[in-house]
Amino acid sequence: MPRFTEEQIKRYARHIVLPEVGGRGQEKLLNSKVLVVGAGGLGSPALYYLAAAGVGTIGVVDYDAVDLSNLQRQILHDTSRVGTPKVESAKKTLEALNPDVKVITYNAKLSKDNVMDIIKDYDVVLDGTDNFPTRFLINDACYFAGKPLVSAAMLRFEGQCTVFDFRDKEKSPCYRCLFPEPPPPGTVPSCQEAGILGSVGGIMGSIQATEALKLLLGIGEPLVGKLLIMDALSMDFRKVKLRKDPDCPLCGRNPKIKELIEYDHSCEVRF
Amino acid sequence: MGVVVRVPTPLRRLTNGQGEVEVEARTVREAIEKLEQLYPGFKERLVDEKGELRKFVNLYVNDEDVRFLKGLDTELKDGDTVSIVPAIAGGLAL
Repeated sequence: MPRFTEEQIKRYARHIVLPEVGGRGQEKLLNSKVLVVGAGGLGSPALYYLAAAGVGTIGVVDYDAVDLSNLQRQILHDTSRVGTPKVESAKKTLEALNPDVKVITYNAKLSKDNVMDIIKDYDVVLDGTDNFPTRFLINDACYFAGKPLVSAAMLRFEGQCTVFDFRDKEKSPCYRCLFPEPPPPGTVPSCQEAGILGSVGGIMGSIQATEALKLLLGIGEPLVGKLLIMDALSMDFRKVKLRKDPDCPLCGRNPKIKELIEYDHSCEVRF
Repeated sequence: MGVVVRVPTPLRRLTNGQGEVEVEARTVREAIEKLEQLYPGFKERLVDEKGELRKFVNLYVNDEDVRFLKGLDTELKDGDTVSIVPAIAGGLAL
């Protein structure tokens, strides 16, 4: 029998009664380690649910400070935290929610020099970042390290989510199978124009947390080889096939990319 | 032949806010040409100078990526849905 405290039995009762989770599953979660990159619009709800679920160790990477304009969607933070580092704000909120959770903060920008070291101890990585250079960096790093990656992105009223399960590199596609390269600078409109309906982050971040929990528990069918596309205006959820590209520059038959690459942050918007 | 093209929200400023556009087309390439006629500027968002699909945009016929079919020459039949799926990342979109 798993050894839970009385408080834990009460706290996780609604998990423990689920046959797919049970005491053993809950114990797995408590022994799991998840890294979330970005404590913003996607990271906030994802981190909230992972902490509530009792994921024992949660890493948070972000180099930004809380800004008033974040609070329209970044529900981990609040008005009193404006100006404080997001990772500190996240840690406070998550530890207040669940004292079982150990929150490890990385108040840093991910780079090719630190990414392998940061991800190495985690079971699952979540990408909730707001820029292409970091998305490609995380994808490549998780591929090299063989870590499952739950990737989501959102813009305006639209969200996308997929899972790259690099524990099985032969089978899983990667972000570069979907988009081989970042959009070149100049092909995108002014970044500052981009808007996002705050609650779209709530949907997509919660989906990311759900996929991470499924991976940790080994239940259901994670979104591997499938891209979920959500349109909030019509509230359409669609799935399309995401195939492994034999010509993928990273995970294809003749890979060109053999080490980490850092692209220019040519046009960056913070969450 | 009528096919439905699903337009992602970042591109809807070209389609007067419409999320779905119906066009008559026998191939994906023809569907893009029809969209360009209806909404000038649409094509360059999807296709580069060489006429190839941009690397940060994917097109799906129903749930299959056209890159794994016949690319822009993929045939369409009545009732097919063509989805445009751009790379998005927080603040960025095509």
